[in-house]
Amino acid sequence: MIGYLLRRLAAMAATLLVVCALTFAVFYLFPADPAVQFCGKDCSTERIELVRQQLGLADPLIVQFWHYVTGIFAGQTLGTGQYAVQCGFPCFGYSFQSAQPVWDLMMDRLPTSISLALGAAALWLLLGVGTGVVSALRRGTRLDRTLMVGTIGVAALPVYFTAMILLYLVVTVAGLLPYPRYIAFTEHPGQWISNLILPWITLALLNAAIYARMTRNSVIETMAEPYVRTARAKGLRERRVVGKHGLRPALTPVVTMLGMDLGGLLAGALITESLFSLPGIGKLFADSLNKSDQPVVMGVTLLASFFIVSSNLVVDLLYAWIDPRARLA
Amino acid sequence: MTTPLPTAAAEGAGAPDTTEAPASPWKLALHRLRHQKAALVGAAIIAFFVLAALLAPVLTAISGTRPDTVDKKAVDPYLGGLPRGALGGISPQHWLGVEPLLGRDIFARLLYGAQISLLVAFSAALLITLIGTVLGITAGYFGGRTDALISRFMDVMMSFPSLIFMIALLSVARDVNRVLLLIGVMSLFSWPYIARVVRGQTLSLKHREYVEAARASGTRNSRILFGEILPNLTGTIIVYVTLAVPGLIGTEAALSFLGVGIRPPTPSWGQMISDAVLYYKVDPMFFILPSACLFLVVLAFTLVGDALRDALDPKGSRT
Repeated sequence: MIGYLLRRLAAMAATLLVVCALTFAVFYLFPADPAVQFCGKDCSTERIELVRQQLGLADPLIVQFWHYVTGIFAGQTLGTGQYAVQCGFPCFGYSFQSAQPVWDLMMDRLPTSISLALGAAALWLLLGVGTGVVSALRRGTRLDRTLMVGTIGVAALPVYFTAMILLYLVVTVAGLLPYPRYIAFTEHPGQWISNLILPWITLALLNAAIYARMTRNSVIETMAEPYVRTARAKGLRERRVVGKHGLRPALTPVVTMLGMDLGGLLAGALITESLFSLPGIGKLFADSLNKSDQPVVMGVTLLASFFIVSSNLVVDLLYAWIDPRARLA
Repeated sequence: MTTPLPTAAAEGAGAPDTTEAPASPWKLALHRLRHQKAALVGAAIIAFFVLAALLAPVLTAISGTRPDTVDKKAVDPYLGGLPRGALGGISPQHWLGVEPLLGRDIFARLLYGAQISLLVAFSAALLITLIGTVLGITAGYFGGRTDALISRFMDVMMSFPSLIFMIALLSVARDVNRVLLLIGVMSLFSWPYIARVVRGQTLSLKHREYVEAARASGTRNSRILFGEILPNLTGTIIVYVTLAVPGLIGTEAALSFLGVGIRPPTPSWGQMISDAVLYYKVDPMFFILPSACLFLVVLAFTLVGDALRDALDPKGSRT
């Protein structure tokens, strides 16, 4: 297990390095000049040249990349002399537009994104797995067909549409909830929920359908396994057969998918966050893009891939822990 | 022989009848499809939108509107530029109303938007099929170092936060041809999903007797790949591509919504939705129309893809 863990960690580090290098290349090969951004619009050519020297932008790409990567672990001082800014560990660059290290900007937004992702995931698991199990156990009935066609319909709803209809009906017409804004859970748990419930529903509806179909397939498959027949044959009650022998193995693929989706959602809920104006990482990304604040855009890209890669790792490790055969792969 | 497998019977609106034995798997699939109401509805919707997109110039000539003609007379400057008249300014001139502020015709913009959405999604689908199939089949068949290299590459591509990276790429890319750029960038991150499936299937096919026989009789590798293995993969590939199309349409809409996709004045549905979000309370029609188009097309492709999967792969899919 230790060997497997080490191998996977090394693979993860390698993947992240590749992603980092590609991201870096994309941003530094065709950028809006960071020196111009640092110095402002009406800056003389000599000043820009000076800033470029001080920021190390005149160095070869590979040197700049080295500084960036080491900066993540050791921090770095950007610029020299009067322009020097300290960017401590972990330094993902410095946003000159907001005069803050990128890491701090991202960490400010992270709680919102985590709240959004976790709440939505809980909701879509409940909806999706519930629907899938019911559908599988009532397989072939009218209820099953209705549920399965229904899930396709719900999954096809564009997020924009769901979000705006919910806002319009619940907030504008019925006035049941306030217009969503982020309130920390620690500050006021009730308001945390009432403000986030609409974004949760929006994201949950989008994903629940996929989970429902997957759960359904998986449960149908497991219920056809010989050990389920054995469980029935030895006279267990149906509830126990389904609950203990059917569902537990059937839900493994669901957990895998959940891990990957959560990883993707932490920094990837751009549209939902934009529609509800929630100050999450996705919104930070969209806003920075509009301002062409490249250090932030790059930082978020890296953070997002970190989330994806590490959630894949967690899922794989869980698998290897449950099923030793997976360690050989 | 024609006894329906359990899943097929459960899914089909009308269970396949046993009066005649369809000859080939394709005929069997077509036969099953014809009995699925949902698939037929989906196919009809797709046909409708494809026709609408192809006939956009004709239809707009009939309606007498252009997608980028500004009609200030259709909007009311005293109401903040909202369309004059009920339901977002529906009138004999503007069949589906006009945009607020500029008064551009929504009917014409939806039609030309359909062109863009479908063009981008179909081209990207074609591209990912090509790349995914070639790389997947190569990795699966040759194995060893080739497989390791391609599989690693796929792993890396799949660890990218695809939406975020697509946006980043599109935002820094030089403006050449937005449509080509979108197709390229979207394909770049979507092919591994098809390649992975193709690779898996190839792995199981390459030890079949007929492949061994072909190899033993000295058939060239390329012939084995494309003559023996590929024909057995077509079903799977068709299903995956059909199911990838709604995702691609959604991604194009998302990218245009976020302002890095198709640039104005070329209309696209995502861009229209993004403009309309501001007006969702005061001019709901402007918002509902492009959303409804997006919904219908995505729904239609999912319905057809789903039915195809049941028809071509009686065991049901295991993803």
